[in-house]
Amino acid sequence: MESNVRGLAYVVGDAIDTDQIIPAEHLVYSLKKPDERRMYGRFAMSGVPVQVQGLPEGHVPFTDPDKYESRFTFVIGGTNFGCGSSREHAPFALTEAGAKVVIAESYARIFYRNTIDGGFVVPFEANEKINDQICTGDDLELDTRLGQLTNHTTGKEYLLKPLGDVAEILNAGNVFEYARQNGLIALSDGIH
Amino acid sequence: MTITEKVIARHCGRSRIAPGESVWVEVDILMTHDVCGPPTIDIFKREFGEEAKVWDPEKLVILPDHYIFTQNHHANRNVRLLRAFAEEHDLPHYYDVGSPRYKGVCHMALAEEGFNRPGSLLIGTDSHTCTSGAFGMFSTGVGNTDAALIMGTGKIWLRVPETMRFIFEGVLPPYLMAKDLILAVIGDIGCDGATYRAMEFDGESVYSLSMQERMTLTNMAIEAGGKNGIIAPDQTTIEYVHARTDAPFECVYSDEDARFYSEYRYDVSTLEPVVAKPHRPDNRASVVEVAGTSLDRAYVGSCTGGKLEDFQAAAQIIKGQEVVIDTYIVPATTEISNALRTTTLDGTTLWDVFVEAGCKMGQASCAACLGGPPDTFGRMQGNEVVISTTNRNFPGRMGSKQASVYLASPLTVAASALNGVITDPREVLV
Ligand code: SF4
Repeated sequence: MESNVRGLAYVVGDAIDTDQIIPAEHLVYSLKKPDERRMYGRFAMSGVPVQVQGLPEGHVPFTDPDKYESRFTFVIGGTNFGCGSSREHAPFALTEAGAKVVIAESYARIFYRNTIDGGFVVPFEANEKINDQICTGDDLELDTRLGQLTNHTTGKEYLLKPLGDVAEILNAGNVFEYARQNGLIALSDGIH
Repeated sequence: MTITEKVIARHCGRSRIAPGESVWVEVDILMTHDVCGPPTIDIFKREFGEEAKVWDPEKLVILPDHYIFTQNHHANRNVRLLRAFAEEHDLPHYYDVGSPRYKGVCHMALAEEGFNRPGSLLIGTDSHTCTSGAFGMFSTGVGNTDAALIMGTGKIWLRVPETMRFIFEGVLPPYLMAKDLILAVIGDIGCDGATYRAMEFDGESVYSLSMQERMTLTNMAIEAGGKNGIIAPDQTTIEYVHARTDAPFECVYSDEDARFYSEYRYDVSTLEPVVAKPHRPDNRASVVEVAGTSLDRAYVGSCTGGKLEDFQAAAQIIKGQEVVIDTYIVPATTEISNALRTTTLDGTTLWDVFVEAGCKMGQASCAACLGGPPDTFGRMQGNEVVISTTNRNFPGRMGSKQASVYLASPLTVAASALNGVITDPREVLV
């Protein structure tokens, strides 16, 4: 996990489910083949209805048409971010698009777990409702160790919730590295 | 301890555990399907090596079901990848498409094939894996990375959830189904009302339900954010399991002094038929409140609403009449599909009841429940308004994100199909 992340915010509403993060029809692309894999970046967040894509104005695609990478580094959500299906393609799609951090008031369990165990976008929880305080395009900076978020556009600062014991898995890289470091998988198992 | 705590404790070799603890547990069954199977296999090979062996082939169940009857080249490739993996590892529990072994929707197939056993621990790469909890076992959905770790080691870390208890009392009126009960619960607690927690369903009305109806309750635990849904096993459970498998199992029950995070009580005789309005499963309204809403489609199918009893309920209403909107009938599994042709209502098979009413009959699979490739049977393509027995109605869930989906019981969906507007089943039930 990088200690400092800076970039633009992409703001969405409550209960952004995994079908909105990556619509089911796109789940067929291989995650291994580079020419197919990049389709996840292209269609990340494409299931969000256009009028609420990129709040407060809406009509801002996360990834511009015909692009495979997003210009947004932070996804800012509300409650129950990532609810719905168990598809790991969801945090994968955000990561593939180039996002590094999600900040939401709360997460659905499987999405949260997938981000941590797979080593994808880092999920921070806010202590307050922030998706009505940050606008799409705001310039954000996050100290990931302190959970200190600065909105350079508005000058506001926020202290996010500590990551808790999942930080150990995040620091290891993913759940496999964590399991190896803790002797749950023999170090000789598999390729590193 | 609660049943959930006990099952987890047994699988990490402890006699006591408490909510909030994270533990590594041994998995009895790992289930995957055509959408999440191939990426799981990729991660498994990446981490354990191309030549790595599955930890226990007897414990891995692979059920292609999501994107089956489609021309989509990538979707078909996924099934070929599963087939190759099953051959390479000589997997006994692979249910190939196009073979007599093909089953259809994974959660129903797990029950039918005897993989759901009281006291056991089952993990699946699908959020509705919580369905299996109807058998008094712990079951939950995970992503590909967790599944790949299980594939190689048989282990997963779990945080022990607190348990919320939902007690249903009274006699269920004939116009209500398990779907009405669970939509009422989700409406009360919200889509994240049970996040990270177990949802235990209890009370005489629950034990009066068949296994199929119980699975409708546990199936939708995830729609309230629940980690698992669970129902204590009873004679109904034991008989169902004995009819499907010889494998041993041990029933566990919540202790008298088990601690629950919260408790909700419902008198089912006072509940009403309900729907979840677009675009959230917790957007509840009574059918009376939305009656008359005009519809373009009706859909009876999926793991939560495509079981034999769901079709029996729908047929009871539709029999001898004609539907006035496009009505899709999609059995969850091949077993259910076959049963539609052998189960009769007043001398007519259910299959014929639906065909004569003008319904469109689909093949066993997930079909339009999750949208899928554009050529998927019953998929929404525009701004259709649909009433459906499925479990999720977020924007775009059934295909087009302009479509509006109302979730309801098979009785309510069937009654609405006859009128073309949302209709209270009490109006048409005789
Ligand atoms: S029927 Fe629907 S909810 Fe059930 S497993 Fe298939 S896609 Fe998921």
